[in-house]
Amino acid sequence: MGSAVLATSGVSVRFGGVHALADVDFEAEQGAITAIIGPNGAGKTTLLNVISGMVTPSGGSIRFDGRDITAAPAHERARGGMVRTFQNLEIFSNMTVLENVAMGCHGRLSVPAWHSMLRTPRSRRIEADIRREAMEALEFVGMAEYALATAKDLAFGRQRALELARALAARPRLLLLDEPAAGLNIAETQALAAMIVRIRDTYGLSVILVEHDMELVMGISDAIMVLCFGQTISRGTPAQVQKDPKVVAAYLGGDEE
Amino acid sequence: MDPSSLLQYLITGLTLGSTYGLTALGFTIIFNTTGVINFAQGEFVMLGGMMSVYFTRVLGLGEPVAVVLAVVGATLAGALVERLAIRPVRDCPTINLIIITIGVSILIRGLAMLAWGKDTHVLEPFSGDRPIMVLGAAVMPQALWVLAVSLLLLAGLKGFFSGTIHGKAMLACSHDPKAASLVGIGVQRMVLLSFMISALVGAVGGVILAPITMTSYDVGIMLGLKGFAACILGGLGNPFGAAAGGVILGVLESLGAGFISSAYKDALAFVILLALLFVKPSGLFGLKDTKRV
Amino acid sequence: MSYRKDMIWLGCFFALLMLAPAALPNNYFLTILILGCLHSLNAVGLCLLVGHAGQISLGHAGFYGLAAYSSAWLSATAGWPVEASMLAGVALTVAVSFLIGMPSLKLKGHYLAMATLGFGIILSILFTETVDITGGPSGFVGIPRLSFFGHEVKKDLGLYRIVAGVLCLAVWLAFNLLHSRIGRALRALHTSEKAAQAMGVDIARYKLFVFVLSAAFSAVAGVLYAHYLTFIAPSSFGFMFSVELIVMVVLGGMVSVPGAIVGAFFVTVLPEFLRAFENVEVVLFGAILILCMMFLPDGMAGGWNRLWARVRRAWAARRATGAAHG
Repeated sequence: MGSAVLATSGVSVRFGGVHALADVDFEAEQGAITAIIGPNGAGKTTLLNVISGMVTPSGGSIRFDGRDITAAPAHERARGGMVRTFQNLEIFSNMTVLENVAMGCHGRLSVPAWHSMLRTPRSRRIEADIRREAMEALEFVGMAEYALATAKDLAFGRQRALELARALAARPRLLLLDEPAAGLNIAETQALAAMIVRIRDTYGLSVILVEHDMELVMGISDAIMVLCFGQTISRGTPAQVQKDPKVVAAYLGGDEE
Repeated sequence: MDPSSLLQYLITGLTLGSTYGLTALGFTIIFNTTGVINFAQGEFVMLGGMMSVYFTRVLGLGEPVAVVLAVVGATLAGALVERLAIRPVRDCPTINLIIITIGVSILIRGLAMLAWGKDTHVLEPFSGDRPIMVLGAAVMPQALWVLAVSLLLLAGLKGFFSGTIHGKAMLACSHDPKAASLVGIGVQRMVLLSFMISALVGAVGGVILAPITMTSYDVGIMLGLKGFAACILGGLGNPFGAAAGGVILGVLESLGAGFISSAYKDALAFVILLALLFVKPSGLFGLKDTKRV
Repeated sequence: MSYRKDMIWLGCFFALLMLAPAALPNNYFLTILILGCLHSLNAVGLCLLVGHAGQISLGHAGFYGLAAYSSAWLSATAGWPVEASMLAGVALTVAVSFLIGMPSLKLKGHYLAMATLGFGIILSILFTETVDITGGPSGFVGIPRLSFFGHEVKKDLGLYRIVAGVLCLAVWLAFNLLHSRIGRALRALHTSEKAAQAMGVDIARYKLFVFVLSAAFSAVAGVLYAHYLTFIAPSSFGFMFSVELIVMVVLGGMVSVPGAIVGAFFVTVLPEFLRAFENVEVVLFGAILILCMMFLPDGMAGGWNRLWARVRRAWAARRATGAAHG
C-alpha cells in the first residue's frame, strides 16, 4: 500500500431520511489522480463535500496525510493544503481574474490585520508577492492575458480555467476537482485532461476527481472508485473498473434496487 | 403568584398577541409572494385604528360602519403602495425594495401626522367596557372580540389559501413565480393581492386592538417591529408560525410586564426572541434550510 | 478605483472639509458639518460591513449610543478625564460588539437583521429606562466638552477640525483595508462564502472583524458626539437612527466609501432643507427616499458613475465628429 494522502473510513451522511453516503471507505494515494465516478445521485459530490469539510458526516472519519481532520472546519482544511473547485462554478464574479486568483494565495500569504489597515511596507511586500504568484498561476493555465478582465465577463471555459488557476495559486498538496469538465466541449475537455496531468506532474500534488465524462476519467486516472446510491461498489485501475460487471450494471440500469 | 393575576396576564397577552400575530401574518403574506419584508406593514395596522377613530369622531359614523370603512381604506392604501412604490421597481435588489418600504412607512406616518396630529386617541370598545369576571380575572369584552375576530380571520385566510383558486395561485407564486407565470398566473396581480390582503389583515388587527391600547400616528413602528419579530420567532415564511409567534410574543411580553417589570417589557420580548434565534435560527416552526452545495 | 485615485479623492475631501467653514455664513452650518462628519464616520464603518462583507446591521445606533453614554457617565458622573472616558467608552463598546457579534453573525439574512435589530432596541430601551445612570428620556446633561491632550476644545471650529481629521483618518484606514487582501477576502465572502472558505478564509472571524470594526467607527463617532453637544438623549440612538444609517449606505451605493459619506451628508442636510416645510417635512423625507431608491438603484455613486460615463461618451462622440469635420 502506497502512502495514502487522503483516506475516509466508514463515512455516512444522511439528509433527512435519505442516506446520501453509507459507510464509505475511500483512499487516494499520494501523487496519484484518483477518480470517483457513479451514476447520478450516487453521492460523489457529497463525498467530496465531506472530504473538504462542507458537509459534516453523521458517522465515520477522514484522515489527511495521516492526521484526523474530521472535526476540522473547511477553511482549516484548505489552509492545510486541501483545495477544491466547484461543480457549479463558484468564482468571484465581480472581481477581476487576477483578484480571483489572488484569493487562492490568501491562506498562504498573510499578514496581521493591522498591517493591512496601516498599509505598512510589510503588507505591501505581501501584496506584491501575492500578485506575482497569482500571475504565475494564470500563466500556467494560459490565462495571463485576461488578468484584468472581470470574471463574470469571461466565456464559460475560461471561467473553469480561472477556478483551476485559483486553486493552483494555493499550492495545494491535494486538489479536489468537482466535475471540472461539466459544460465543456470535447476540445476543451481534452485540454483539461492534459492540464490536470501537467499540474500533477509539475507540482507533484495529488488529485481527487469527481467526473461524469468517462473518456476524461479513463484517460488520466491512476485509480477509480465507483459509488452507487451512496455505497462503494467497485475500486481499482481504469481497466479493472471498466470490466467490473457491477459497474456496468449500475450505469446501464441492470439493477433496479 | 395568584391564579387570577396569571389568568389576567394571559388574557392580556393573548389579546396583544393576536394583533402581533395578524401583523406578522401580513408580513408573511407579502414575504411569501415577493421575498420582501414590508416595513410599512405596521402602518397598515395604525391606519386601521386611526381611520376608525377619524370616521367615528369626525364624520360621526356609527362604529360598525366606521370600522368596516377603515379596513377598506387601509386595504386600498395597500393597493396604492403596491402600485406606486413596488410595481415600478419589481426587479430592484431586495435591499432597495426594503428601503422603499421604509420610505413608504415614513410617508404614511407623515401623512397620518398631518391629517390627525400627534395625539393619542381612544376608539370606543365594540360592546361596552364592563369587565366580565372569569375565574377572578377581569376580562374586557373587547378582548373577546379580539380573539373571536382573529380566529375568524385566520379561518377565513386558511379557507382562502387552500380553497379558492386565487388563494392557491398566490401560494404558487410564493413557491416559484416563474413556474406560476408559465401556467398562466398573473404574478403581478398576485403581488397586488398580497399587499391588499396584508393591509386588510393588519388593519383588522389595528381596529380590534385600538379600544384596548389607544392609538396614535406612530404606533405602527413598534407594532411593525414586534410583528416582524413574531415572524422570525415562528419561522419566516410560515403563516402558522407567524400567528403562533405573535401570540407567544404577546403572552411573554404580558407575563414579563406583570411579573418582572412593565418598563422593560419590550426589551424582554426581544431578549427572548434573541435567545431563541441563537438556539434555533430557523424559528420555532421554521424548516431547517437544506441547500445544494 | 485604484489606491492612488482613492488617495487623491481623500486628499481633496480633506481639503474641502478644512476649507468649508470659511464659506459658511454662520455657526449653525458648522453644526451641520460636524453632524454630517459624525454620521459619515458611522456610515463608513457600516459600508464596510453591509456593502463589502454583505452583512446587515439594524442596530448600529446602539453602538453609537453606548459609547456616548459610557463616556458621558465616566466623565460627568465618575469624574474621569475626558480623554480617558472617551477611550474607555470606545473600548467598552468594542467589547460589547464582540459579544453581540459572535452569536449573531452565525445567522444570515433576515435572521441576522432581526438579531441586530433586537440588540439595538434592547440597548435603546436601556438608555431610556436606566434613569439613574443615563438621565432617562429627558437625556444626560452636563457632559464635559471635548478636550484634546488636556486642552478643552471650547470653540466649535476647533472641534470641527478634530472631527473632520478623525473622519479622514477613518477613511484612510478603510481604503487601506479595502485595497488589501482583507478587503479582497470580504468581497469574496460576500460573493460566495463556499468558495471563500475553500480558499482558507475563516468566514466567522472575518465577519466578526468587520462587525467589530464598524462598531468601533460608530463608537468613536459616539464619544465625539457626546463631548461636542454636551447633552445626549435616547431618542438619538433608537431604531430610526439605525435605519437612517442603512439608508445612508444604500443611498451612497453600498460599496462606495465616498458614496457612503455623500449619503450621510445628504441624510443629514435634507431635514434642514425640509424644515422650512414644517409639517410636511416627514412626508417629503419619505417621498424623497422612495424616489431616490427608484431612480438611483445603485445609489448616488452609481448614478454619478453613470452620469460620468454618459458625459465621457458625449465628449468622445464630439471629438470623433470634430475629427471627421476637421
